[in-house]
Amino acid sequence: MRYFRQCFILMLAIFFASSAAAELVIKVTEGNDQPTVIALSPFNLNGIKINENISDIVAADLRRSGLFRLTPQRDMLAFPSQPADVYFRDWRLLGAEYLVVGSLSVMPDRRYELEFSLLSVNSQRIQFTHKVRSPASEMRDLAHAVSDKIYQAITGIRGAFATRLAYVSVIREGDDFTYRLQVADADGARESLMLESKQPIMSPTWAPSGNELAYVSFETGRPAIFRQNLLTAERQQLTSFKGLNGAPSWSPDGTKLAIVLSKDGNPEIYTLDLNTNKLVRLTRHFAIDTEPTWMPDGKHILFTSDRGGSPQIYKLKLSDKSVKRVTFKGNYNARPNIAPDGRTVAMVHRSSDVFHIAALDLKTGRLLELTETTLDESPSLAPNGAMLMYATKYDNKGILAAVSIDAGVKYNLPAKRGDVREPAWSPYLR
Amino acid sequence: MKTRINLYASLLSLAILTGCSSAPVYDNDTTEIDNAAVKTAQVGSADVEIVPVISDLATVFYFDFDKAVLNAESRGALLEHAAILKGNSRAVRLEGHADERGTREYNIALGERRAAAAKEFLVLQGVAGDRIEVISFGEERAAAFGSDDEAWRLNRRVELK
Repeated sequence: MRYFRQCFILMLAIFFASSAAAELVIKVTEGNDQPTVIALSPFNLNGIKINENISDIVAADLRRSGLFRLTPQRDMLAFPSQPADVYFRDWRLLGAEYLVVGSLSVMPDRRYELEFSLLSVNSQRIQFTHKVRSPASEMRDLAHAVSDKIYQAITGIRGAFATRLAYVSVIREGDDFTYRLQVADADGARESLMLESKQPIMSPTWAPSGNELAYVSFETGRPAIFRQNLLTAERQQLTSFKGLNGAPSWSPDGTKLAIVLSKDGNPEIYTLDLNTNKLVRLTRHFAIDTEPTWMPDGKHILFTSDRGGSPQIYKLKLSDKSVKRVTFKGNYNARPNIAPDGRTVAMVHRSSDVFHIAALDLKTGRLLELTETTLDESPSLAPNGAMLMYATKYDNKGILAAVSIDAGVKYNLPAKRGDVREPAWSPYLR
Repeated sequence: MKTRINLYASLLSLAILTGCSSAPVYDNDTTEIDNAAVKTAQVGSADVEIVPVISDLATVFYFDFDKAVLNAESRGALLEHAAILKGNSRAVRLEGHADERGTREYNIALGERRAAAAKEFLVLQGVAGDRIEVISFGEERAAAFGSDDEAWRLNRRVELK
């Protein structure tokens, strides 16, 4: 009983936290030219009342990826819920390449279980049958797990629907600013407030565990780096040096942060050991050195520097602190964000006076501009490297938008109120 | 010129909520989900009271894009500020800012470089460096809103307070 009361109090807290939120709404603006056609037969709920529509959430996930076209429900001749009830011919006539069927049940411990199957219509075969279980309160997690499984089976790429976003929202009323650090599901749902301040909040970044964020807050009147646990709300100020304290980036093993401090006169990159508090200075240059990000190998750091006269991206080798320039095309390349494969770097790139998001292939040196809007910034790749989220302006408002790494798929996540910016896509959460 | 800055330590209250979740369990064909919800920490606002007595002497100095070089007009005004400051013992604060173009952390660094340029100028005129505080807000605190040349020009600035 106590368990349920705690959950209820927690849900109340989340409800009130959410009421102050910016609320993101998804609008798909561009999709793949030849999407895979998939039919989702509405899941059989067996009379169980749930507060979320699992089928709709799965459909929205697949649609948002830009890789799928969904067969309209009104065209379906039947709603089978298990493979034995499927007449493949019906689905072939509808042009569906794949079909998903499933049904929900309640387990003895009162959790819910969805058993679902992916069927290939052409080969008339069951691709897989899988069970997902979750407490009744977490039907959205259950739905995203279903989407991940389907996406991976068809594309061969691990799904990233069951992930989260951290971002900063700002509401201005005259000279009064309210900054909020928010966390929401990757589809913008279940937004919750982590921190609210009248002073700027910047540069949120995820710990590899997915349980913590590091960020910059000016709440003391000057910039300082904090870490905050998402599960306990426990919070710790990590730095308060004179000058800049900024741009935190977690090492892949979670033991260190790369940060920027200007305590020695101008912005330099350091590592801060989170267990010993030991600081190691990595750069030594009179130019601006900032925006460090760890390579997945844990042995290199990419960063922005204007040591060559304009902001460009450089690669630093931790073992000997040697530095190599990485970008050469364009006179403004900054804020690198590296894909998990260690090969693709997303960045802010200026071409003909406009700031776009671009992706650089470190192997071939090929640079691909991904966005066409202006004032695009803060690229953050999904943990599967297939999409990235970035901040841009639309109707003079700060919004979040997403684009696939081949530039083929785009969608926007505008806030209902205020400006949103600095998206940080979480790692895989399980 | 009279400046007084009072910073009240901000209050921090943590939402103490007891978690109600257990660790996920897996097997080969089953995914267990039991996510704990995100919890919120809160910060009271840092209350900054600034009481300047403005003369007609400029206290805002403007810069070119991605540059931190003081123009002739700014140097002229800063010369006068230096003369006044040498006649008293007040502490001043130089706030560096950038326009919205480019990346946020780079712009914080750029704002600091601009404020440092103004500080260096005052120090060269004989104002003690320890009386001058430098802080950068980058593009976080715009003076003008909008995405055009005029708004950007007004935002690339250092404010003397």
